[in-house]
Amino acid sequence: MLSSLKDRVGAVLLPGDGFSLDTDDTISLTEQAKPDKVLCGPGLRRSGARLVACKSGVLRHKLPNVFWVDSQQRRYVPAKGETVIGIVMLKSGDVFKVDFGGSEQASLSYLAFEGSTKRNRPNVQVGDLVFAQFTIANKDMEPELVCIDSSGRANGMGVFGPGGLLFRVSLGLVRRLLAPHSDIRSDLDQLFPCELVVGMNGRVWVKSSSIQQTLILANLLQSCDTMTAPQRQELFKRVKQGAL
Amino acid sequence: MKDTPLSNCERDFLLKAIEEKKRLDGRQTYDYRKIKITFGTDYGCCFVDLGKTRVMAQVSCELVAPKENRPNEGVMFFNIELSPMASPAFEQGRQSELSVKLNRQLERCFRNSKCIDTESLCVVSGEKVWQIRVDVHMLNHDGNLMDAASVAAITALCHFRRPDVGIQGDEVTVYSPEERDPIPLSVYHMPISVSFSFFQQGTYLLVDPCEREERVMDGLLMIAMNKHREICSIQSSGGIMLLKEQVMRCSKIASVKVSEITALISKALENDKKARKEGGKFGFAESMPQERITALKKDETSVEMSDVSEKADEIIQKAEVPHQTVPSPVVPVAGVGQIGEDLQHTWGLDDEDDDEEEEHKEDSDEEQDEKNMDVEHEKEIRGCVVEISDSEEEEVIILQAEKPGKTPIKTGSDSHQKGAAAASRKRPNK
Repeated sequence: MLSSLKDRVGAVLLPGDGFSLDTDDTISLTEQAKPDKVLCGPGLRRSGARLVACKSGVLRHKLPNVFWVDSQQRRYVPAKGETVIGIVMLKSGDVFKVDFGGSEQASLSYLAFEGSTKRNRPNVQVGDLVFAQFTIANKDMEPELVCIDSSGRANGMGVFGPGGLLFRVSLGLVRRLLAPHSDIRSDLDQLFPCELVVGMNGRVWVKSSSIQQTLILANLLQSCDTMTAPQRQELFKRVKQGAL
Repeated sequence: MKDTPLSNCERDFLLKAIEEKKRLDGRQTYDYRKIKITFGTDYGCCFVDLGKTRVMAQVSCELVAPKENRPNEGVMFFNIELSPMASPAFEQGRQSELSVKLNRQLERCFRNSKCIDTESLCVVSGEKVWQIRVDVHMLNHDGNLMDAASVAAITALCHFRRPDVGIQGDEVTVYSPEERDPIPLSVYHMPISVSFSFFQQGTYLLVDPCEREERVMDGLLMIAMNKHREICSIQSSGGIMLLKEQVMRCSKIASVKVSEITALISKALENDKKARKEGGKFGFAESMPQERITALKKDETSVEMSDVSEKADEIIQKAEVPHQTVPSPVVPVAGVGQIGEDLQHTWGLDDEDDDEEEEHKEDSDEEQDEKNMDVEHEKEIRGCVVEISDSEEEEVIILQAEKPGKTPIKTGSDSHQKGAAAASRKRPNK
């Protein structure tokens, strides 16, 4: 059963593609017979004796038995510990209501900023961008954001400074950007210096020295969504030569 | 559902970019986005893509009683549908402010400019006229819905064919498309709306604003015009004061844009007509390329191809290497040839030796006997000392090993010799 899954690793799955969950009918005598336990990530779901893909994307595998579908969806579902870019919608009492692109707004306490006390309130206006982390992300509860880590440090989170451009990309591209040795990021490094903030909710904020460069970066990243690696490198090379 | 809010940072950036005459998608201030017009399989169905904005228009008709004050004129009906598919901010079934505004603008643009000959839609005066209904559905909202809707509506109206009607006395017959070819509407001109957005109290002007630009604009001016440079309707919203020169400039820009779009529409209609005549793929079917199902398309399916090369390698490895070189014949002795790369064949030489031996046999029997005896007792020795060995080599070694240490074996061999001699004597009896 595992072998049928492993065979498809790296292949494109479409919703409805299924795998049989039946155990093999022959058990090898020499090898130790161990019951296979498969961990299914996003995009795979069990239906009876079968494993069915419910998202379209590339099947990924991690040792020992973790499988998931890497999709290009744009809808964000909050998860605890993920960092997102939110827009402050409302100041009500001691919490801010923050839109992060999910189904409901999250609450962000004004005490959850570095160095803020009851007296020393952070300077946050309605419409400001915040980079924050989920402490509560539960389907039954209101999501809650904080701008400090467990030791009370900002650690890169907080309110954004002026300037820069916010735009949306797919969640798949965000994950590719945030991967430890991201090739998109290394390609970007070679263009021009920029500040880049990537939220797991698909929002990306970019700031460069001039408006023209910021626009170029934003358009490049948005077009990266649907490009293969050689296409992207070709495009980046052309940009570097000043063709665009 | 609430619309995604616009952050202060986006607003500031957009305004700053507009001041620098830059736009989000790299357009110039007077540039239109790319317009794509496709048709559905039916007559009167049209899709318009304006950048990422996508609009569908469908024209339908039915026989109704005319309005009392206009007994011999057909009825035009326009309906704009803002579905939640276009934007999460749009709600199903409720007339929002935007949809009312768009609907009124579209009606004014088409009905008041009398672009369709409504009198030709009359069947029986005062009793039956055709009602032409134009449904415009927004499929995706990325700004400038009005322009996309007006292009879609007029293209659909030009594309539409209504059934032919025959009147004999009091009897009215509506012919099906199989019986008589449906007839197109008579379109006098094509009014097309062009939108201009103003920023910073009219300091900056942009043509064809996208969604984010629409959100930060101060005012909007929509000019509907036909290719004869006749203004069909003009509307300013957002409450900004415009100068006369500004409006004149906008109308000049509009006339250029309208002539471009009109040319595009007539070309699209012509192409569709040609495609339908040839009976090839047309309309929606043609507009859906097969290879764009997935964004990350793989060039090859690895499933079938993965083990082919390995298999091929395996077969090649298993197969014997074909003989490339023909070995030259070796001649050990004159008159004896050898072919192949095996060990040297010496049978020819052996045979000659044997022949000589046989000649010897014939010469003297006694010698032969002695030789036989020798062979016999050699075999006996072998039988004693070495248990299991048949090969000649072993024999040779034993004989050589015998020579240094003769004494113990020699006595045995002597006794054997006697026995052997006896045996040889017995042999003739046998």
